[in-house]
Amino acid sequence: MSAQKDRWVSSLVFLLFCASSIPRSGSVGLQQEPSPQHYFSGLEAGRASLAFFTPSVPPGAQPFLEQIESSAEALQDYGISVVKVNCPKEDVSRYCGKENALRKAFLFRGNRLIREFPTDALFDVNSIVANVLFALLFNEVKYVETLADLENIENVLKGKSNMVFAYVPATGTAEHRAVMEAAFVYGTIHQFVLTTEAALLKATSHDDPDVSSAWLLFCHCQRATEPAQPCRRTALAQPLTLLNIHRHLKLMGAPLVTEVAEDPEKISTVHLQLGLPLVFILSQKETYEADRRTAEFVAWQLLGKAGVALLSRDLVDLNVLHRSNVALKTPDEGMPIQYLVLEDTDEVITLVEDKNKVKQIQEDEQEEEEEDEKENSNQDIQDDQVVEAVSRDKKRELPLEQILVLTEENFHSSLSEAARTVVLFYASWEAVSLAVLRSYSEVAAHLKGTPGVLLSRVNCWDWPGLCSQENVTQFPTIKIYKEGQQSVTYDGMWGTEELSSFILLSRVSCPLKLATMDEAEGYLRGEFPSELSSHHHTSLLGVFSTATSEAREAFEEAGNVLSGRVRMGMYFEDDALALSQKYSVSPPALLLARSGGRSVEGIALSKRSAQDMVQMIRYELLDVFPEITVPNLPQYLQLGKPFLILFSAGDISQIESKEMLKLAKGRPQQAFVACWLNLKKTPVGHGILKMYFSTTPSLPVLLWVNLHAGGQVFKFPSEQSITEMNILSWLEKLQAGLEIPSSALSEEDWKPPLPAYDFLQMMEPSVPELSPHTSPHPGETPAQHPPSSPGGASAGGDTAIREEASQESTAEEVGSPGRDLRGTAPRLAARDKQGKRHSEL
Amino acid sequence: LGLALYAGSLCAVSGAVFLYHDYCVIGAGPAGLQAAYFLQQAGRDYIVFERSHAPGSFFALYPRHRKLISINKQYTGKSNSEFNLRHDWNSLLSHDRRLLFRHYSRDFFPNADTMVRYLEDFASLLKLRIQYNTAIIHVTLEKNEQAWNGHYFLLTDQDRKNYKCSSLLVAAGMWVPNVVNFPGSEYVEGYETVSINPEDFAGQTVLILGRGNSAFETAENILGVTNFIHMVSRSRVRLSWATHYVGDLRAINNGLLDTYQLKSLDGLLEGDLEDLAIVKDKKGKLHITLRFYLENRNISAGIDSITLPQDELDNFATRAPYDRVIRCLGWKFDFSIYNRSLRMMPGKGNIKKYPQIKPSYESRGTRGLFVLGTASHSVDFRKSAGGFIHGFRYTTRAVHRLLENRHHGVPWPSTIYPITQLTNSIIKRVNEASGLYQMFSVLADIILLRENATAFEYLEEYPIGVLAELEMQTGRKARSGLFVIIMEYGRNFSGADKDVFYYNRAVGEAQHAWQSNFLHPVIYYYKHLPTEREMGLRPPDWPLPRPDAIHHIVEDFLTDWTAPNAHILPLRRFLENCLSTDLRNFFAESCFLFTFTHQKLPPFCQQGYVRMQGLLGSQELRHHAVQAGLLQDYTHTDFSGDRPHDSHDGSQEQLMRDHAIPVRPLQHLVNAKDE
Repeated sequence: MSAQKDRWVSSLVFLLFCASSIPRSGSVGLQQEPSPQHYFSGLEAGRASLAFFTPSVPPGAQPFLEQIESSAEALQDYGISVVKVNCPKEDVSRYCGKENALRKAFLFRGNRLIREFPTDALFDVNSIVANVLFALLFNEVKYVETLADLENIENVLKGKSNMVFAYVPATGTAEHRAVMEAAFVYGTIHQFVLTTEAALLKATSHDDPDVSSAWLLFCHCQRATEPAQPCRRTALAQPLTLLNIHRHLKLMGAPLVTEVAEDPEKISTVHLQLGLPLVFILSQKETYEADRRTAEFVAWQLLGKAGVALLSRDLVDLNVLHRSNVALKTPDEGMPIQYLVLEDTDEVITLVEDKNKVKQIQEDEQEEEEEDEKENSNQDIQDDQVVEAVSRDKKRELPLEQILVLTEENFHSSLSEAARTVVLFYASWEAVSLAVLRSYSEVAAHLKGTPGVLLSRVNCWDWPGLCSQENVTQFPTIKIYKEGQQSVTYDGMWGTEELSSFILLSRVSCPLKLATMDEAEGYLRGEFPSELSSHHHTSLLGVFSTATSEAREAFEEAGNVLSGRVRMGMYFEDDALALSQKYSVSPPALLLARSGGRSVEGIALSKRSAQDMVQMIRYELLDVFPEITVPNLPQYLQLGKPFLILFSAGDISQIESKEMLKLAKGRPQQAFVACWLNLKKTPVGHGILKMYFSTTPSLPVLLWVNLHAGGQVFKFPSEQSITEMNILSWLEKLQAGLEIPSSALSEEDWKPPLPAYDFLQMMEPSVPELSPHTSPHPGETPAQHPPSSPGGASAGGDTAIREEASQESTAEEVGSPGRDLRGTAPRLAARDKQGKRHSEL
Repeated sequence: LGLALYAGSLCAVSGAVFLYHDYCVIGAGPAGLQAAYFLQQAGRDYIVFERSHAPGSFFALYPRHRKLISINKQYTGKSNSEFNLRHDWNSLLSHDRRLLFRHYSRDFFPNADTMVRYLEDFASLLKLRIQYNTAIIHVTLEKNEQAWNGHYFLLTDQDRKNYKCSSLLVAAGMWVPNVVNFPGSEYVEGYETVSINPEDFAGQTVLILGRGNSAFETAENILGVTNFIHMVSRSRVRLSWATHYVGDLRAINNGLLDTYQLKSLDGLLEGDLEDLAIVKDKKGKLHITLRFYLENRNISAGIDSITLPQDELDNFATRAPYDRVIRCLGWKFDFSIYNRSLRMMPGKGNIKKYPQIKPSYESRGTRGLFVLGTASHSVDFRKSAGGFIHGFRYTTRAVHRLLENRHHGVPWPSTIYPITQLTNSIIKRVNEASGLYQMFSVLADIILLRENATAFEYLEEYPIGVLAELEMQTGRKARSGLFVIIMEYGRNFSGADKDVFYYNRAVGEAQHAWQSNFLHPVIYYYKHLPTEREMGLRPPDWPLPRPDAIHHIVEDFLTDWTAPNAHILPLRRFLENCLSTDLRNFFAESCFLFTFTHQKLPPFCQQGYVRMQGLLGSQELRHHAVQAGLLQDYTHTDFSGDRPHDSHDGSQEQLMRDHAIPVRPLQHLVNAKDE
């Protein structure tokens, strides 16, 4: 960033050299002349000077004089001297004698008077500079009042030179000055045209312009040959300042399309130097003409926003995908060139415009950050979202009345009070615990009045013995204690809904033994047991003949493992065979009733271990074409397969859903997870799309995401409709390596977000014996600082520390001892008196 | 061996009958009982020998004036039992909550009789195996290749009964009074026998030799009735609140300092007791003179012939004669019962009253002999609390753990946690652990990192003096680096001559934590276990050799190190940088985004969310995170599907800005590096 700014500065040096408004130290400033005679005799031919005449005692034109004096330096840069001529009392000449002449300033070139200004037109430095230059550049800057005048000038210029047309709301403004200063430099190259007529502004811009702000157009008349056509115009999008005008003119002067035949990484153009991106249109010999036209078209669109280069692939050996047609190089150093496959020129333009916006924002932010860094580094600013959220929430009192507080004293007695006791073990200082406690309080509100369930909590910071006795080693932990049974540890998502559902399901034993056929049928319909009737989940029923005890035991064991997570029942009465045959399986079998028993699926249970059975049940519970949400993603992640995911702005259409379902069902042992994401329900999906595509693609968009291997992201062509056939053939191409990934998952490691305080290094000066040479192996000195921040970062840190130390020692000198409470407790702001402390002792 | 494991097995070796036990403990004082408790809990074959008829016989006599100076804090405002042990200096460690000293006494400084009663209860309630009325008068070795340590310990009691053990734990305390011999020392009364009735001192002038707590305790008792008291000793007075050493003069005993400094006749003098001489005049008054004057004289010639210092220097400070001289010079270890083959040697310099031991509490002379309790204080003399109940209860446990590993293959207890619990496990321990707190700079918690830093193993209260031997002593492996967590005072803060009340003595800012003066946690990071050699070359006054990185948690007025920004955040950054990873917590939504945008996930997502333990967070919390700029809220994104145009700019910019946030800190770091 800074390097880029350097370029900026250097490219402007010549401008500043002649047009600087920055005051120079020891500047020439205002000249004084003792008398008019003296002044006129000293005037050089061709040199301009602004003079004002004043009696020895000025009659109250003091503010004007101040402005004049301060503009002297600015005008000096344009070779215009500002002279204050003293009028002797007896002088009655033209300039001194008349009373009103004393209220005017006079502009001379040589000794010829060019213009006289009433002092009220010279109200400040801007107006003085603007008016003086305007007068001097009378030929270079045309003032127009009507559209006809403008068109006349334009027509004259066509094919010869370009025109800069500026509208300023009034003369003497800062914008006016900027235009005049630019005209001083560029006046010989371009024709400058100025107006203050709002009507003209309206005629030259398309939509309703704001007449109170200035406006500048660059008219490409040099290229215009058609007399009937107006010249192409490029407006300056930034505010009218000298720098912006200069930048704009510089960009307009650059070639429209640069032809490039070398490594694009090495290319540098005016655009890149001015901090704008450069778009490469990748061309081939065969399509050169068309590509050139495209490039020119794009270049006109992007004029002033980005540069366009035509890169011939035949001449440069590019190691990029054959299909790539556009490349984007950003001015940020170290940023690799992006190669893209874009479908139309609009995409190129949108891409660049969005990039610029981001950059603008980042620049702003970066500036803010840089300012921050000067004051203190961000090391001590919390960057853990959970910790920060919890500490921001700490003043809110949690509704915990529903939750019983357990202690070492009442723990065991309380457990026997309810059929089931849910215990949250947490630490009151730990952020994740406290976050879960908040969800837990919501669960308590949700389950209020549910019979047989007691919600309680144990603060392990108060009762460490109890927590270790209950084998709680991590915070938070939730256990459900049932009388006379082993406790169950919750291992699901820390969310209100998930936890509530777990607690509700835990009320019923798992698996639930069903005694009659009616119960079994009711169970499959979701009507039995009544506790769970409000719970809409897939029901599992194990059906066993009395003989198959081995499978039954495994099933029961699996039930223990899955307790609270799955609704499981089992039936092993004499008529089990009849029940299973209804669903065309024979026991041992598993009946799966999805969505309230509307469809029941029978699966034969071959001999399996309990563990296999858990695996199988988990797998069977997964949807074929699920809607991916934040809580359910991990279940599908565990399959370890790539995702074929349809991002949809809302619910997906019936057709798409049908096609996708067909696709997903088509192959039972899918090599991928077909799923969809509802951006309304899972808005974080926007974040994903933003990361994949700088611009948001049109929705719905179907993506192939290789989550586990390689991390490429492929986008299903938007012009094709989402049908099973299309997707299959696309997938085939994809598998064959014929498709180009649109994006890739970042390979970045999760490094420490910021460096730590390097106490070892801070201690060294005060504890010399700690320095490495006393360590046994001087050769292999251990890294002074944790491995992740070698070089620059820690060096930066050093200087910061040193600076601080010096500040401290000065603070110490002025610090007055003996303030109240000082020294009796840790100071709130311990800035002073840190430095010398230990050496004093 | 199976037979030998049973208590009381008989062995007949060369005619003598030996009662065999795996472990013999000498002394049923606090340390002996503490050791017995751990041996009993582990189901080991052990016996404790006690010369008296009851435990804690030292406390039956001492302190003479019966006031213990170890604090017995009833209330701390906390129910955390581990934390409360930080302020309970009298209880021994046990699982029995009845055996907390606060149930025995309500006094802040309890009576010594209460200690005796407590120790009796401790022994009987826990059914410790103690053989009373057994004074071990001789200990020798018997070479035997089969034995655990290549030899057995043979113990003989006063009745010539013999005992044989594989391991000997000496918890005999320090009970032999220190005596100084100088001309006239026969006129000196000892602390052991001196009257404790103040009336016996009415109108007398008293000289006390020594400057420890027993000397001041004696002075305190008679301060109000004497003419004046002078105290003489070689070294200047060392105040425990200046030295942060509980063995130095405690404020509860320092009344004489007051009367001295307020010129109320009492006074302190410095001088070498070896140069002293006392002569008694005809009236029975005791005069102080110097050995130097007596050298060529015949004392029996009578006082008149002896030159007194005031004869030459007529304003000599102690020219006034004394009625009594009391010796309060402390105690030393009884070396006499150990056969020379055990090479029980006194330490050098100011630790000569203690036997020489290694930082593992094992004797330097004999393998298998461990010194426990106050006699083991040479390891941390004048530094930490190893010579006192509230210190050696932990070191005794550490010795027990070393023995369990060495002889029974039970590795040092440890817990394995996922790396996401790293910050938490440290914060938990530094806030409640009492062993780290009492035995600061002596016992340390050790974190052994597993490969790839995905998990770690936590070992509590290991003696850092033997850090280099960690793998051998604990049976745990330190393959991928380790953290050592100890508590320290500021290095130049404590000392007899230090002003510990100067302005700005406390540090408040985390970035200056290394200058903290009061007890605070310090974490050392080593990529490899330090070697013996490195331990030897550590800087003076440093408990450990130079680490690869170090972190100080800033001292805290409340010793509560749970502040999210001042304590936990800098610690997390330190750990992150040592491990080169990101240890932040994330809401499930962030993990969801990372899953789709990053090939690797931060540990919190990897070990939580991906394993279906994501933190969904309540609505309010996510809202707070959004407000803090640490989480992006995508819900308000207007998303009609068409290209964003100018009308869209606001939300679009917002989106772009915020979308950068989850990765921004990283990019930021990368940028910083480049510059």
